[in-house]
Amino acid sequence: MRIGIDVGGTNTDAVYMDGNQVVATTKTATTEDVTSGIVAALRELDRSAAVDMSQVKAVMIGTTHFTNALVEARQLAPTAAIRLGLPATAALPPFTDWPAHLVTAMAGRHYLCHGGVEFDGRAISPLDEDEIREAARDLKSNGARSVAISSVFSPVSADDENRAAEIIRSELTDVMVSLSHEIGRIGLLERENATIINAALRELAPTILDSLAETVRAAGIPGRLYLSQNDGTLMDVDFARRYPVATFASGPTNSMRGAAFLSGVADCAVVDVGGTTADVGILVKNFPREAGTEVNVAGIRTNFRMPDVTSIGLGGGSIVRQDTADLTIGPDSVGYRLRENALVFGGDTLTTTDVAVAAGLVEVGDPSQVRHLSAPLLDETIATAARMASDVVDRMRTSEDPIPVVAVGGGSFLVPDEFDVASVVHRPQHYAVANAIGAAIAQVGGEVDRVFPVEPGQRAEVVAQAKDEARERAVAAGADPNTVDIIDVDEVPIAYLPGNATRIRVKAVGDLVLEG
Amino acid sequence: MTTPSYLTDQDLADLAFGAAVLGTGGGGDPYIGRLLAQQAVSEYGPVELVGLDQVGDDALVLPVAMMGAPTVMVEKIPGRDDLQAVVRMVEARLGRKATHLVPIEAGGINSLIPVAAAAQMRLPLVDADGMGRAFPELQMVLPTIGGLSATPMALADDKGNSVVLDTVDNVWTERLARTVTIEMGCSSVLSNYPLEGALAQDNLVGGSLSLCREIGSQVRAARERHHDPVDAALGVVDGTRLFTGKVVDVSRRTAGGFARGSATLTGTGEHEGSTLELQFQNEHLVATVDGVVRAVVPDLICMFEAESAAPITTEGLRYGLRAVVSAVPCDPRWQSAAGLSLVGPSAFGLDVEHRPIASAAAEGA
Repeated sequence: MRIGIDVGGTNTDAVYMDGNQVVATTKTATTEDVTSGIVAALRELDRSAAVDMSQVKAVMIGTTHFTNALVEARQLAPTAAIRLGLPATAALPPFTDWPAHLVTAMAGRHYLCHGGVEFDGRAISPLDEDEIREAARDLKSNGARSVAISSVFSPVSADDENRAAEIIRSELTDVMVSLSHEIGRIGLLERENATIINAALRELAPTILDSLAETVRAAGIPGRLYLSQNDGTLMDVDFARRYPVATFASGPTNSMRGAAFLSGVADCAVVDVGGTTADVGILVKNFPREAGTEVNVAGIRTNFRMPDVTSIGLGGGSIVRQDTADLTIGPDSVGYRLRENALVFGGDTLTTTDVAVAAGLVEVGDPSQVRHLSAPLLDETIATAARMASDVVDRMRTSEDPIPVVAVGGGSFLVPDEFDVASVVHRPQHYAVANAIGAAIAQVGGEVDRVFPVEPGQRAEVVAQAKDEARERAVAAGADPNTVDIIDVDEVPIAYLPGNATRIRVKAVGDLVLEG
Repeated sequence: MTTPSYLTDQDLADLAFGAAVLGTGGGGDPYIGRLLAQQAVSEYGPVELVGLDQVGDDALVLPVAMMGAPTVMVEKIPGRDDLQAVVRMVEARLGRKATHLVPIEAGGINSLIPVAAAAQMRLPLVDADGMGRAFPELQMVLPTIGGLSATPMALADDKGNSVVLDTVDNVWTERLARTVTIEMGCSSVLSNYPLEGALAQDNLVGGSLSLCREIGSQVRAARERHHDPVDAALGVVDGTRLFTGKVVDVSRRTAGGFARGSATLTGTGEHEGSTLELQFQNEHLVATVDGVVRAVVPDLICMFEAESAAPITTEGLRYGLRAVVSAVPCDPRWQSAAGLSLVGPSAFGLDVEHRPIASAAAEGA
């Protein structure tokens, strides 16, 4: 048995699963402190006769605790950033382009030191150990309690980051150290930013994780606690203590993976229609296709692994207008005021929900309020919504072949049963808690992202080496070696680089070993 | 006398957007260039922008740029004084001080790099560039067809290594500089094509920085007013909308260190039923609609995301993108025989007859 919990902006959802069977589900309001909402969700689940907490081997939680702490600039540790790269990189020191209030909130300070490597692993300059010791003493005397170390091209060679970390730990026994090669990919500023965020959250991590663990224990659950990561894989509590930043943005990923699991389709487009927007993402082998671009978190540019999701203004609360010749839907919505403003609830605003009720697609509110709507208006609204949904799926798919579509969310009645770009439309049961199911079914993963020199004729060998490394990392993270599978290989030849330098990204995942 | 104009922080964001448009799909991500410029401007103050016609005969105008792989530039950022160092080296060789700096490219990262250098060195920046767009190789600039030498050229890396090149022609400059840059770790900063007053006036494209800034500010204004931002950009650059459609195929290969490839778009709206083929090598090179070449290098082929007007780079091309492909006339000097032999289709190994966009637009009208 396992329990999946997903904390969203509005609701905290939980699901109790027996293998691949959904046994019980619940939806409660998210609370300001997050934890009491999780306590309520577990209590809610326990009311079901089919639920036996003593049988639960694992609890998977996707939480917004850490994102909230950053966005609200609260309880951030005083943090120092040490960058190894001098004399290179000095033109843009750490914390460049950051919102000033966040730098202040973490008493951010930086040290530029020698070290780092070129794209091919040659040293830029030797690591200067005395310089690191001097930085250690200085940051300590200035009250920093957490340290982020970044080094130029550390995804190619992490030696300098590792050595600098040893020196810091030997000088200062009571500071926490975060290393950029363990957190991000190529792109120095973005990787360093994510590492600094991680460092700033390290002090808060034990408090939150201990309280989550206590919550689980208090609910009578003997099993272990795991946290959802933004790429759809899991981490255990020890890992989460060191990498709290990896919990960011796990919600959309969990929701998409849950939808795919419920429909039984591994490769598909997921259309999640809420009150205001429809969010569309693509699943490849059960994992969301990742966005290739930079992601802003609380105003800080990072290169997190995030799902590639396109949102359009189409939801159950979207406002329908026919002022001119053309009928339009949205992009504005009555949002959470649907139950006051929509016609079927006695309001005065025509929404997509009103049209759907009049057309008999869904049953909510008072249908007599929408009986006056003309048949052409209904037809045109439904056709427009269908065209919008079809259009965004078409934008997201990667070839001209029709693609399976999984429609979820409270406004999914706006997705037609058939449309040209969809080979089939699935409307799975339990879709309202797809995100919690996504948390519950998550696997563990390992990733490699590096620039490799690929000599002629050696391509297959280099890719095989990268795959082995990714597999080893998945097993190290807790995957059952027999279930580990390579789910993504991306090769990008690098322009202007000699020797056919190629950036290779490989991702492996496997089932979590469930103990006991 | 005109009042001096200054580049402020907001100008730099607009300038970076315009530089990405004139980058015609290549030229490197202007983000790092924008940060370098912003950092320098916040430290040293705004940069004075001087019209090309304001550059006196006794001026010494030095271009400053970065060379290397965009993937490396986002990881290994330049050192603090690298840009000043290359300017100082050229000054030492010539025995006189630079009076102005100038960008050599109007597209991509190199439109912003000289802003950072000008702020640091408190020198005015000439509102001009050496091509009116972006090209991938050092010799592909108007001063080359003006018979000017790229050298003496100073090239330096982040570690303190530097060389001064003196070469027999500008193709040799490219060849040697690229080899040195690779050894330097695939990223270097450089200053070349030293231009004395009158030569600067004759061999540069005037107004290109203020054009970039204007593209950025007009697109920003159009978005705020919910007008079509692509039309706003095209209005600034005298561009022709060639095609509106959807990317249905992209293929890439790497040849000789360059990322070559092609993309196919199928038309939507007024172009329903038509097909556009796009060929690129770092930059967009040829746009062919239903078998007819509609725009070809050296004219600019600018590609925008249809709704947001975000410029689409050759790396960012992918299936499903809704795009507007447009053509912008290049500086007329590129249409000369010497210009075409340097940067025309044959310079990129393309067997395509050159057709200036101006005549294509006239025929279409």
